Amino acid sequence: MRNTAAILKRELVSYFITPVAYVFIVIFLLLTGFLTFAKDTGALYERGQADLAPFFRWHPWLYLFLIPAISMRLWAEERRGGTIELLMTLPLRMRDAVLGKFLAAWAFVGIGLVLTFPVWITVNYLGDPDNGVILAGYLGSFLMAGAYLAVGSAMSAFTRNQVIAFVLSVSTLLVFLLAGYGSVLEFFSGWAPLWLTDAVASFGFLTHFEAIMRGVIDLRDLVFFLAMMAFWLFVTALAVDWRKAR
Amino acid sequence: MIELQNLVKRFGNLTAVDGVSFTVQRGEVLGFLGPNGAGKSTTMKMVTGFLAPTSGRVSVCGHDLAVEPIPAKRRIGYLPEGAPLYGDMTPRAFLRFMAEIRAIPREQRAARIGEVVAKTHLDEVLEQPIETLSKGFKRRVGLAQAIVHDPEVLVLDEPTDGLDPNQKHEVRQLIRAMAPHKAIVLSTHILEEVEAVCTRAMIIARGRVVFDGTPEELLAKSRRHNAVCVTLRAAVAAQARVELARLPGVAEVVDLAPGDGTARLLVLPARGHSILLEVGQQARSRNWEVLGLEQERGRLDEVFRELTRGSERGLRAEVAA
Ligand SMILES: Nc1ncnc2c1ncn2[C@@H]1O[C@H](COP(=O)(O)OP(=O)(O)OP(=O)(O)O)[C@@H](O)[C@H]1O
Ligand SMILES: [Mg+2]
Repeated sequence: MRNTAAILKRELVSYFITPVAYVFIVIFLLLTGFLTFAKDTGALYERGQADLAPFFRWHPWLYLFLIPAISMRLWAEERRGGTIELLMTLPLRMRDAVLGKFLAAWAFVGIGLVLTFPVWITVNYLGDPDNGVILAGYLGSFLMAGAYLAVGSAMSAFTRNQVIAFVLSVSTLLVFLLAGYGSVLEFFSGWAPLWLTDAVASFGFLTHFEAIMRGVIDLRDLVFFLAMMAFWLFVTALAVDWRKAR
Repeated sequence: MIELQNLVKRFGNLTAVDGVSFTVQRGEVLGFLGPNGAGKSTTMKMVTGFLAPTSGRVSVCGHDLAVEPIPAKRRIGYLPEGAPLYGDMTPRAFLRFMAEIRAIPREQRAARIGEVVAKTHLDEVLEQPIETLSKGFKRRVGLAQAIVHDPEVLVLDEPTDGLDPNQKHEVRQLIRAMAPHKAIVLSTHILEEVEAVCTRAMIIARGRVVFDGTPEELLAKSRRHNAVCVTLRAAVAAQARVELARLPGVAEVVDLAPGDGTARLLVLPARGHSILLEVGQQARSRNWEVLGLEQERGRLDEVFRELTRGSERGLRAEVAA
């Protein structure tokens, strides 16, 4: 616990002493802002509805590129710089290291998410939105970001090359994103048995995210994201151990 | 405190470490020597628990690394090869992080860090990002990190690589000062360093231990150990060469590069013989004008080459060089 906290702190500080943090946060804010308010993409004003659906709708797609950009360095950098040798000879469990690094990245994305609060203020100023639904949206977005990060963390553990880690992460995430996409499901439902279509849909990020985003907090959706994180962090630990010397 | 039993590490077809066994007690400083790729770093990585051995056992202070890695790692301080560090941190932040993970109580941390900073002379660079430090300073940060928790076992992979002569001297003194309370294993390519700081030398080649003994014993393996170098007038050189070679205990006489009007003869003893007296007496009884007479201690580089290459050929050329 103390070790996890020490690693979390070290990692989180290192986001802010390098430009990574500022670039990420600025880009994230600019893109969410643009996509939410622009006429063709979000049209928050023009819709005349007081909610943040146009805002959250873009998160899965923004995360598709932004999250791998954060996670790609998690382990690849450690291996490239040889510091993994320091880390793995310290008296800590693999779990402490994997979790500490992941939680730091997740907390960092959380900070980015919190900084989108002007969008929330805007809708509250313009109308009378259901803030419960908005809160659920934030929760869903945060959980989804965690799942994305866990996938990215595993990919980063497989290679010492950050570009490869990025590409692997984007590809894997795309699969999970598209699995919940309407047209992909239609493609399956045309010929596949119902259970297969359901299985594919149940692994899609979108299905679960959209459910939470609507304000329906179903335990199954929460469990899905948490299980996703647990699974990919487990894969991360295995991969780090397996690949550390190479 | 460190115990290795028949340690083997294979990378695919390559056997990097091939059956290494040894124990190191408190108070010992074991110097690891060997050519590039001999398996020194790989052995150290297994001792510190970074790599799992293909077969064999490592235990540190009674804790088997495969069974109880955490208690074992707690007792080890490790400077990995090349001193990898978190480049974006400052030495102060980095040492704080290490002290925290090393479970040094919060109220003692600042004092401990101050101590190791003084020992490794880091004060002037404490607030500068590590990636902007010179190589020698990075090495010193690596060293500071390894001793911050005052471990019982120290494993240092090339601790003086990249340090200037003053710093090399400082670090050797530091190691000597810590030696009585710790078991230390260090690797180096500087042969004199073994004489300067180690109580025990170990040479490994192609993953196997080819020598294990004191630095003196290592020197004694040199053909030049107790050899006598005489400088004479060139006129008597030929005669002296023949006569010295006949002396009891002399194995061979080699003509070193002659100077102007003088000759230098290197008289090599048979193993275990001391011949200084005999050579001196012979010179006096023949009335040779001796311009110089000195006994050599032996040369580590020569022993090193012999042990790691196992070649007798070319020795004459090397002796003459
Ligand atoms: N992760 C690895 N994968 C494959 N081969 C490796 C790996 N690590 C080391 N080796 C090989 O193992 C052998 C021993 O390497 P090691 O680094 O232990 O040598 P060394 O004695 O420390 O050499 P040097 O003096 O150059 O530091 C070398 O042939 C090296 O190429
Ligand atoms: Mg080495």
